[in-house]
This record gives sequence, C-alpha cells and structure tokens, in this order.
Amino acid sequence: MEISPVIEALIKIIVVIFFILLPCVAYLGVQLERKLSAWIQNRVGPNRVGPYGLLQPLADIPKLFFKEDIVPAAANKFVHSLGPLISLTIAFSTFAVMPFGDTLPIVVNGVVHNISLQIANVNIGVLYVLALSSLAVYGITLSGWSSNNKYSLLGGIRSSAQMISYELSLGLSIIGIVMLSNTLQLNDIVKAQSGYYLFGFLPNWNIFVQPIGFITFFVAMFAETNRLPFDLPEAEPELVAGYHTEYTGMKFGMFMLSEFLAMFAAAGMITTLYLGGWQAPYIEYLNLSPFVVSLVQVGAFFTKFALIVVFFMIVRWSMPRFRYDQLMNIGWKVMIPLSLLNIALTGLFILKPIHTWFN
Amino acid sequence: MDIRQQKILAALENKDTSVYFKDALDNEMVLNMGPQHPATHGVLRLLIKLDGETVAACVPELGYLHRGYEKLAENCSYHEFIPHTDRLDYLSPLMNNTAYVLAVEKLLGIEAPKRAQYIRTIISEMARVSSHLLGIGALAMDVGALTVFTWTFREREKMYDIFELLTGARFTTSFTRVGGLAHDMTPDVISAVKAFFDQFPEKFNECITMLNTNRIFVERLDGVGRISKEKAIAMGMSGPNLRAVGVDCDLRKTQPYLIYNEIDFDIPVFNDGDCLSRYYVRLNEVKESVKIIRQCLEKMPAGPVHANEPKKVLPRKEQVYTKMEELIHDFMLINFGVNPPVGEVYHAVEASKGELGFYIQSRGEGHPWRLKIRSPSFMNLQSTSMLVEGGMISDIVAVLGSLDPVMGEADK
Repeated sequence: MEISPVIEALIKIIVVIFFILLPCVAYLGVQLERKLSAWIQNRVGPNRVGPYGLLQPLADIPKLFFKEDIVPAAANKFVHSLGPLISLTIAFSTFAVMPFGDTLPIVVNGVVHNISLQIANVNIGVLYVLALSSLAVYGITLSGWSSNNKYSLLGGIRSSAQMISYELSLGLSIIGIVMLSNTLQLNDIVKAQSGYYLFGFLPNWNIFVQPIGFITFFVAMFAETNRLPFDLPEAEPELVAGYHTEYTGMKFGMFMLSEFLAMFAAAGMITTLYLGGWQAPYIEYLNLSPFVVSLVQVGAFFTKFALIVVFFMIVRWSMPRFRYDQLMNIGWKVMIPLSLLNIALTGLFILKPIHTWFN
Repeated sequence: MDIRQQKILAALENKDTSVYFKDALDNEMVLNMGPQHPATHGVLRLLIKLDGETVAACVPELGYLHRGYEKLAENCSYHEFIPHTDRLDYLSPLMNNTAYVLAVEKLLGIEAPKRAQYIRTIISEMARVSSHLLGIGALAMDVGALTVFTWTFREREKMYDIFELLTGARFTTSFTRVGGLAHDMTPDVISAVKAFFDQFPEKFNECITMLNTNRIFVERLDGVGRISKEKAIAMGMSGPNLRAVGVDCDLRKTQPYLIYNEIDFDIPVFNDGDCLSRYYVRLNEVKESVKIIRQCLEKMPAGPVHANEPKKVLPRKEQVYTKMEELIHDFMLINFGVNPPVGEVYHAVEASKGELGFYIQSRGEGHPWRLKIRSPSFMNLQSTSMLVEGGMISDIVAVLGSLDPVMGEADK
C-alpha cells in the first residue's frame, strides 16, 4: 500500500497544525506565559476556568471570536484585514520545513514504512525560513500603515527597520553552520550534528561548535520575533500597542497567535540549527528499537524547544526595552561584526581543523 | 540617432522637470499623547512634534483632572477640607493630611503634642516610601520592565494594610486633625510597622538589584532628560528632582518642621540631573525614610495625641456624649469652625514629590478666605518640554516616569 506524497503531506500538515501548533499556542504559549509571568510577579495567574485554570485558553478563544470586529473609519479596509492574515500565514508556513524528528518506522502488513517527521524536506530549507521571516514584516508594516493611527504607523516603521537590521546578522550567523554542514537542508543540518565533539562526550551540536554564531543568532531571533527586550513595534508604554492598536476580536487574536507561532518558529530554528534538533545524545548506548528511538528523538526535540520557549518568556518578564537608537547600535555595531567574525573563524577552522593545530 | 529620437531628446531637454518642495526636510508629524495613554501617569496630555522618532517640540497640557480644590476650600471649614487633601497627591495621602494641618496649626498658633508629631513623622515617611516605591516601579514599567512594578506594589500593599489598621482606610486616609490626630497609634499598629520595616530592606533590595544591575535599564536612563542646575532652579523644580541636579535642598533640613531636627538622617544628592540621578535619589530616599521611621519608633514618647486647646481642637466623641463642656465645643467647632485669627500663613513640607505648600488667607471666619496649594508635581511638570526635546519617543516615557508627577496634585 503506497500513499501518495500529496496525501501524506496533507496528513502531516493537519497533524502539525491541529495536534502540535495549536495546543502549543494554547498551553505552551498563552497558558504557560500567563502562569510563568504570574509566578515571576508574585501573582496567582489564571486559576478559575477548569482545574488549575487549565481550560483558560479554551475560554479565551471563543471570547476573541465573539468580540466586535472594529475597522477604523479612515482605515484602508482591505489592507487592514490583510495584515493579520499575512502574519498568520507566514507564521504557520515556517513549520513546513521544521524537522520534528528523523523518520518514524511504521510496520504495515509486514512492510516497514519510513515516515519522515518533516512536512516538506526542502533542499533550501534555511533559505526558505529566512525568506519567510523577511516576509513576516509585511504583515506588521501593512497593518501599521493601514490602521490610520500614528502609533500604529510608528510601530510599523520601527518593525521594518528592526527586521532589516537584524535579518543581516541572522543570515550571517547561519552561514557558519552552512559552511560546516555543507547543506541548506534542515534535516541534514541536524544529521550533521550527530556524534561527539571534544573529549568524546560533548554532543557535536552547533552551540558548542559555533558559540559566537549561537549568541548572535539567538539575539537576532529575539529581535525577529518582536519579544522583549526588542519589542519596540508594540512598545506598550510608548506606542500604546504599536501596530495592533486598532485591531479587535479575532484579528487581534490572529496577531497574538502569529506572535506566539513566530516565537515557536524561532525556538524551533534555534533547536534545529544549534541544539542538535531531534538528536538525543548517548541514545545509541541504550540499544532501543528504531521505533522507540524515533519517539525519544521527537521528545528530545520538544524538550529543547520548550526550554527555549521558557527562556524567551523569562527574558520577556525580566528585561526592560531597548531604545530605538540603542537597538540599531547593537544591530549594526555589535551583531554584524560578531557574525562576520564568526564566519571568518569558521573558515579558519575548516581550513585547519582544531586537532591539527598542535601537530 | 534618427530624427525621431532627436525630437524626443529636444523635447525632454526643454521640458522643466524640476520638482519643488516648500521644505524638503519638512516631514514632521504631530502626535497626541494622552490624556488616555498608558504612560502619562493619569491624565496628562502631551502634544509632540516628531521628526521621525526624534522629538522636535513638546507641549504638555494639564487640567484634565481639575476639580477646583482651591475654590472648594473656600466653602469648607478647616476640618472639612482634610479629606480633600487625600485626593491631591493620591499616592501619599497621609503626607498631604499632615502638610495641611501643619499650615492650619501655624495659622492658629497651636502645636500638636510630641507624640502626635512623632506619629505624623512616621506616617509622612511611610507615605514617602509608598510613593517612591510606586515611582520606581512605574519608571521601570515605562522603560519596559513590567515585573518590578508588581514587586514594588507587593510592598505597597503591605503598607496599605498597615494604613488600614491605623486609619480605617487604605487609600483615602484623612488621618490628621487640627491639633493632633484622629486617634492614637495603637500598639498593634506599631508592631505592624516594625514588622514591615524589618522585612522591607531585603525585599526592596530585591527590586532595585533587578534594575541597578540591568544594563538596558541603566542605559535607557543615563544621560536622558538632562537639566542643568540653574535651569532646574529657574523652572521651580523641587524635591527629588531638584536634588538630582546637585542642589542640596530639603525642607526637612533647611526649615525643619515636626521633629526632623531630632532625627539623624542624610539627604541623598546626585549631580547629573538626568533620569538616572532622579531614580537614584528616590531609591536612596527610601532607605533614609526607613532610617527615620526606625528612629521615630524608638524615640516616640507616651502621652496624648491632641493639643489641649478646647476652643480649637475637636473633642473626643466619647467625651462629647458624656460631658457638657465638650458637647458645647463640639457644637461650636462643627457649626462655626475653628475661627483662626485674621492673617495669612504659608507652610511647606518636603512631600514625596517636592515642596508641598499650603498658603492660607484667613479673615477670621470658620473657613479660609483663600487657600492656595503649591503642588510640587505641577512645578516639576513645567520643565517637561525642556527635558524631552531632542530626545526620542521612548525618552518621553522615561522622563515622565523619572519626574514622577501625580496628576491629582498637578491639576488640583
């Protein structure tokens, strides 16, 4: 029995959106963020809906749906509605190339089907992600412009300036990895991180191989996802709510959803590129069956992913916001030179690997 | 080149293709910030002319919370105005109560007993701590650190519990009376204050370590909203904002009132005159206030909390119901007021925001003929446009947060 690749991809899309992303947004995103911020701030957090407030996201979503949808009188109605759609679509699309695991061997009628745990194994995966993250700025800029609100406009402008500045260091830090693994395919980048590095016990993850690149990539990802300390486009005390000041109901909900998804995409990219993706170190010593290994690897991916998300949230609730000029200074004067340095160093180490240095 | 092309070229060369702009650099935008805005600390309205993100001009517009308290005072007896003082600087009502009755007492020529003065000092300093805590928290929130605000608010809530125990109200306390206090500070309040200030320094350090060690926070404030010493004095700045430009002026030291000359404390002074200095002054003042309160609690004598001036000080209710004399005094004081001598008086205290003064003009009636409130927030806000011009939008909120205005007081 052979499944056509289109149907297989469709099934994967449905599984990823409805069984991974939406529950992640609801619980890892909304619920955990609210609970975590409450713990940080000596509050209780949502605890009324369901046991321990666990049904809170289910109460929030219908609320957003039933809110009145207000479009400002002088707004450009088409673009105003288009903005959140662009943001959301792009936020979802990033996950198309995310490798959640290697392959899942399923035995049907005695035949082993190796199902790749990635919706589409695009051979330019890295470029695809970069292209999408550049497109995401359109949603924000267009909605900021079309709202006919000066605060929204300022938020939109800030967003585009920020994206352009940080996209550079984002791309430049990835170059180091591409040089090392000789591929743009995300799954192959993960596979290139197998094995061990230095002393034979440190996993060969890019975070250990490329520490400078990791730092610049991480910071740039914060800026890309508009999270504190880089949330200038929606700086609450200055710009009220920035680009989504004039959005209500589910349009606002779509922005919120896409913001969480962008954060997840960032966490997924950091995991994939730097933390060894689905690689679970030392698992080969356990002699597990391929099926279990595959499941453990998926678990490893989501553990790393969740830890990064929690880190994103802790930073958000403990840092002040940068000023516009400080943001630009860091982007252009610190991040880009650092990522260029990273490329140079990577080149040097590829030409003359570290174990040949002392011979 | 054929003839057709030459013709086109000639036509293009002769054509006037220049585009004229009246002012090529004129890309300014007027932004209306407030009165409904998350960072304007109430209902302050700022009209800002923006060149990109840079502030070209800023005009503050006040009066959205004007309730006419100065006029209201002319129709209130001296006692009736005390609850209105709660609503001036609503972050430190106890301080306003104290400042107002001190002015009235100066007019009447009476003085509250020692114990009452100690209690007034304690509540004033507690009000200062509570107000500065909010100021620091709000400043942190304005530059984006949301968590510190809730941490300082946690401490304020504990203080409000003490205020509730002491006065019966958390927010609008109206605790002082002409010639004394509403009632004495009971031992359980004293122990609550002691217990609070035993745990407070540690918790406060927690909050400020979060800010002082954060490079983003320091860089957001350092060098922002700078004002020179001369200009600050010329603009009538007072309180922590004035001490941040290096002027060692604190009414508690320069014109001691209550029992401040019996207490050992320092006046924190910083010299930079920027947002960071204003923040540091507040931070250190909180520590000094804790010192003052501890000393007051130690030194506080026993005794009455009402001056023995039956014609001027409201008698106790239990005496009104049992004694003839007190009933008559109560009737006269309630119906005709305290009737101070003809004259005028100005008394200022060092409130949490600066010099809070009450100028009372009396014609010998039961109510003031004129009452002028010198509110520090109003004076401090005068320099807003000077401080923010040339900065960025993000600096406006930092400057406002560091000036720490309260609109209830500025608009009166």
